[in-house]
Amino acid sequence: MFKKSLLATATTLSIALASTTAFAAGTLDSVKERGHLQCGVTSGVPGFSVPDDKGNWKGLDVDVCRAVAAAVLGDASKVKYIPLTAKERFTALASGEIDVLSRVTTWTLSRDTQLGINFAGVTYYDGQGFLVKKDLGLKSVKELDGATICVQSGTTTELNMADYFRTHGLQHTPVVFDTNEQAATSFDTGRCDAFTTDLSQAYGLRTRMSNPDSVVALPEVISKEPLGPVVRQGDDQWFNIVKWSLNAMITAEELGVTSANVDQKKSDNNPNVQRLLGGSEGLAKGMGIGEDWGYQIVKQVGNYGESFDRNVGMGSPLKIDRGLNAQWNQGGLLYSPPIR
Amino acid sequence: MPPDLQKDKGAASSAPEVKFWNDPGKRALLFQGLLVAAILLFAWFIISNTLNNLEQRGITTGFSFLSETAGFGIPMSLIEYSEASSYGRTFVVGLLNTILVSVLGIIAATILGFIMGIARLSDNWLVAKLSSLYIEIFRNIPLLLQIFFWYFAVLRTLPSPRQSIEFLGSYLNIRGLSMPAPVLEDGFGLVGIALVIAVVASVLLSRWGHKRQDETGQILPTGWISFGLIIGLPLLAFFAAGMPLSLDHPELRGFNFRGGMTLLPELVALWLALTIYTGTFIAETVRAGILAVPHGQLEAASALGLPKTRTLRLIIIPQAMRVIIPPLTSQYLNLTKNSSLATAIGYPDLVAVFAGTTLNQTGQAIEVITMTMAVYLTLSILTSIFMNWYNKRMSLVER
Repeated sequence: MFKKSLLATATTLSIALASTTAFAAGTLDSVKERGHLQCGVTSGVPGFSVPDDKGNWKGLDVDVCRAVAAAVLGDASKVKYIPLTAKERFTALASGEIDVLSRVTTWTLSRDTQLGINFAGVTYYDGQGFLVKKDLGLKSVKELDGATICVQSGTTTELNMADYFRTHGLQHTPVVFDTNEQAATSFDTGRCDAFTTDLSQAYGLRTRMSNPDSVVALPEVISKEPLGPVVRQGDDQWFNIVKWSLNAMITAEELGVTSANVDQKKSDNNPNVQRLLGGSEGLAKGMGIGEDWGYQIVKQVGNYGESFDRNVGMGSPLKIDRGLNAQWNQGGLLYSPPIR
Repeated sequence: MPPDLQKDKGAASSAPEVKFWNDPGKRALLFQGLLVAAILLFAWFIISNTLNNLEQRGITTGFSFLSETAGFGIPMSLIEYSEASSYGRTFVVGLLNTILVSVLGIIAATILGFIMGIARLSDNWLVAKLSSLYIEIFRNIPLLLQIFFWYFAVLRTLPSPRQSIEFLGSYLNIRGLSMPAPVLEDGFGLVGIALVIAVVASVLLSRWGHKRQDETGQILPTGWISFGLIIGLPLLAFFAAGMPLSLDHPELRGFNFRGGMTLLPELVALWLALTIYTGTFIAETVRAGILAVPHGQLEAASALGLPKTRTLRLIIIPQAMRVIIPPLTSQYLNLTKNSSLATAIGYPDLVAVFAGTTLNQTGQAIEVITMTMAVYLTLSILTSIFMNWYNKRMSLVER
């Protein structure tokens, strides 16, 4: 749309006009100077980033933004959320409009190496699935030969689907929309036989359909979708801050530190807890932020488990199982390098 | 060279001792040279700085991505396209889809605009008021909303493929209109040749008719004869060749209709919205053009005893066209550019396919946006050149 072209044009211009040194470093300084973090999020994916009825952004991706703000500025609320479509997201990051992109973005080799961006970790291990109407009685994606499928443009989803159908010798007609909501609505009104996206988002969007019970997910998960926060390449300090803010949330869960017990835990004699909560001098020096960064994250945002539970897990309408997103010692894939 | 410059040059040569900075001709040349140098320098700065920045930030550049495999599907393509095609191919597919909707829109908007423009001047109260109502409503609602209206509010109420509305072998449903597709068989070339002959013959006939009218004053009904030729001759050839055409009927198999050809609802919604929106502006342009013809011309025509239809065809329209064409060109350009709103409803035009998906998959924002802008610029300039040529042809020839 117009806004998108404008953004892309602006990026083109900003890359053309910016002096070469301005981008090399200094995200941390500019965030501190500005007094708030600019965080790129979705325009509304339940559980990941969506504004509530009071206009406050909520979600797992939003909590990553809040954790970075808590670590850097000491206040998790000092975040300005910038809703972006999938197509806009990388240009917005490249042009410096946002400091962190936390927007259900899949970590792939080509994105990591060709777009001038770095993935700072994985917040959610996802996979692509298909939603269909229950009354079609489908049992497998392989039965979708010849189907019309609604999908969001500019996503890995679009490519995975094309790959999957081609390798299985199936035909399909993609109908491509700017946003996932439009694609979901179009599926809901019957423009498409199926709707495909990352499963976590599919469950979220299903809750908004006219009759959620008439929609089912097919069993196949056709791709790996590790979703995580993204920063610009070339600013290693900032990259480290975002990476370790996320790791602090994960470590806090592993150590049993929650937003409720963090003040008690501060006097815990477990050295791992001490290091996480700022009890050992000098750990945060390399990142250029306050010693209490870990404490602020857990106190204001909570640990990964708390965030997962209230946004997408059992404490939320989505009721998604921890599955792959459990801690490594609980059968999942979450594994934070040690904070020491 | 303008006459005053020539005069200066003459003055300079007669007085050789004048310094070059005092010579207006040479001085102008100097400043123009400086300006060109400054622009080139600026361009060089922009380009080298961009490349430098891109390298600094580890963003891949260059146009080599155009030959890489695209790997995504496009629902509608005028040329052969599959997921295995290259990004360069997605550019062509998007470009053709943009041109398709623009040309369809321009034709339909022109017809609608002329009808509505003339209707607004009608003596019939109801016709004139209906036309005003149409113009005032549709030119005052943002185009994007109109596209959404046609797509989400109107076309979404169509039934599912299984409950399609069937007529004349075609099926209308929420996925579009599936129609029988003509399949050309051997010998169809004859029909094409017949059409070409008929067109050439019509042109020659009309020239001869004009000449005859100039000489003898007798009028030949060239319009009707040409019409008969262009329809009749190919039809004759068609039957003579043994009807070398078959139809590929759409069939409901599995989820959707297969075979035949399908008119996408996205295309229809965009086409309707562009036509109806631009039609209002063309209608107003046409009205202005007609009103600009002096009333005396009409009186003179009726004094000469010309019938009403001929007055319109020979007196009013040729003079009105001179006023209509320049703003009409702008409307055509607007329509072409507005077609980029297609991306809002998922019609695979250039902006949606190339500046959308391709840009996002490759991350080559600068190359892709530059190419896309160049396309719109080229399309607009081509339209302008054609309309300027037409304008020149229609302009007042002084004898």
